[in-house]
Amino acid sequence: MIKMRDVHKTYANGVTALNGITIDIDQGEFVYIVGPSGAGKSTFVRLMFRETKPSEGSITINDVDMSNMKEKNVPFLRRNIGVIFQDFKLLSKLTVYENIAFALEVIEESPRNIRKRVMDVLELVGLKNKARFLPDELSGGEQQRVSIARAIVNHPKIVIADEPTGNLDPETSWGIMRIFEEINAQGTTILMATHSKEIVNTIKKRVIAIEDGLIVRDEHRGEYGYEV
Amino acid sequence: MKFRTMKRHLREGIKNIFRNGWMTVASVGAVTTTLLLVGAFLALMLNLNHMADGLEEEVQIDALIDRTATEDDIQELRDKIQEIDQTGSVSFSSKDDQLDQLIEDMGKEGNTWKMFEQDNPLSHAYVVKAKNPADTEALAKKIGSLENIQEVNYGKDVVNRLFTFNEYARNIGIVLIAGLVFTAIFLISNTIKLTIMARSEEIGIMKLVGATNGFIRWPFFIEGMLLGTLGAILPVTAVLTGYYYLDHSISDKITYDFVELLPFSPFAWQLSLIIVAIGAFIGVWGSVMSVRKFLKI
Repeated sequence: MIKMRDVHKTYANGVTALNGITIDIDQGEFVYIVGPSGAGKSTFVRLMFRETKPSEGSITINDVDMSNMKEKNVPFLRRNIGVIFQDFKLLSKLTVYENIAFALEVIEESPRNIRKRVMDVLELVGLKNKARFLPDELSGGEQQRVSIARAIVNHPKIVIADEPTGNLDPETSWGIMRIFEEINAQGTTILMATHSKEIVNTIKKRVIAIEDGLIVRDEHRGEYGYEV
Repeated sequence: MKFRTMKRHLREGIKNIFRNGWMTVASVGAVTTTLLLVGAFLALMLNLNHMADGLEEEVQIDALIDRTATEDDIQELRDKIQEIDQTGSVSFSSKDDQLDQLIEDMGKEGNTWKMFEQDNPLSHAYVVKAKNPADTEALAKKIGSLENIQEVNYGKDVVNRLFTFNEYARNIGIVLIAGLVFTAIFLISNTIKLTIMARSEEIGIMKLVGATNGFIRWPFFIEGMLLGTLGAILPVTAVLTGYYYLDHSISDKITYDFVELLPFSPFAWQLSLIIVAIGAFIGVWGSVMSVRKFLKI
C-alpha cells in the first residue's frame, strides 16, 4: 500500500534529511519509526501526507504516485490519511465537537452523518461528555485524543502519528496506545514515529529505525534499540 | 459546491467575526476611518463637479445679426451655424424677445426701456451653445467670421478662467480620490493580513485535514465582505445625516443659481451605495489577498 523507492530529501537550506529510502508497508500494518533526533523520522512521516515533496525517488500510496501529484489533488489525498501530531494542532477557537466535525465538513458530509460520526468517534476516544469544551479546557491527553478522533473520523486507510505521546505522561500514553491498537485492529495502517522505548518494547510491532537519512534496521516485532 | 457547504461558509464567516474579537474591531475601525474620508471627499468633489457643470451649461454665445440681413439671410445663417462641428444647440432670439428679456432683467428700471418698444434698437440674435462647453471660444470665432454677423459675445475672459479652474479642480479631485482609495486598501489589507497571520496555523490545520483552497478561502471572503460592510455603517450614517443638514441649510441661505448642491435624493443614496460597495470591495480584496499567501502548504 505504501511504496517508497530510493527516496532522497534535501531541504532548501542544504540539509539532507533522507538519503535513499526504499520500503514497503502493507495495509493493516502497525509500524514504529524510531531513531535519534534529527535522523530523518519527521521528514519520513511528512512525506507521507505530502507536507513536503521528495527531492528524488518515488512514493506511491494506494497506487497513487505522490511525487508527481498535482497540487490541486493533494487535499483529496490527505482525506485518506489521518495525521496526528505531538502538539495536537487543534483549532483553539473551535469546540471539541467542531474540531472533529471540521474534517467531515471539508468532504461535504451531510449534517446528520457528521453528527453521528463525530459522536461515535468521541465515544471511541472516551470524550463524549466533553464535546462542548474548548481545547484549552482539556488536559494534554484529552487534547491528543481529540486530535486522534479528528484523524480517524473519516475512516482513513492510513493514520500517521508524529510522536503522539511525546508531550504526555506515561499513563496517558498507554491510553492513547490502546486507541491506536483498536483502530489498527479494524484494519487501519498505522505509522508512528516515537521516542518511547517503553511503548515500542511493550507493544511489539514492526520497527523501522532511521539513522542519518537511511534505514538501518527493519524488524517485525522489533525492539526500540536505543538507550534513553 | 453543495448548497449546505455554501451555508456552512456563510455561517463560519459570520462566526469568525465574533471569534476574532479585537481584530474585527481593528479592521472595522480602519475601514470606517477611511470610508469616512472617502465619503466626505466624494461628496465634496461630486458637488464641485456638479457646480462646474452647471456653470459650463450657462456659457452661451450671443451672435448678433446684422440689421441689414434679410429673412433669407437669417435662415441661411442658421444653417451655416449648424454646419459647424462644435455647435450644440442654436435658438433664434428676435430683437423683441431680447427687449422683453432686458426689461424683465432690469426690474423697476426696465420701465424706461419700454419706450423702445416702438423702435427697437437691438438686433436679432442666435443664441448658440457648444456641444462641449470647452469649445466655446473656437466656436465663437468661427461664428464671428460668418457673413451677416455683426458681433459675437460670450464673456471671453470669464469663460476661459472658468474652464481652466474646472479642469484643475477635476484632475486634482481624481488624483486625491484615487490616492485615498489606494491608501485605504493598503491600510485595510494590512490590518486584515495581521488578523490572518494570527490564523496561519489555523489555515495549515485546515489544509492538513484535506480542505481545498477554495474551501478555506470562502469563509475569509465572506468575513472580509462583512467587515467592509460593517465598516461602512458609520460613514453611511454620517453622509446621510450630514448631507441632509447641509442640503437644507445651504439651499436656504445661498440663492446663486450655480451654487446648487446635488439633490439629497438620489445623490445621498447613491453615494451611500458607493461607500458600501467600496467597503465591501476592500474588505474582500484585503482578506482574499492576504489569505492567498498562507494557502501554499
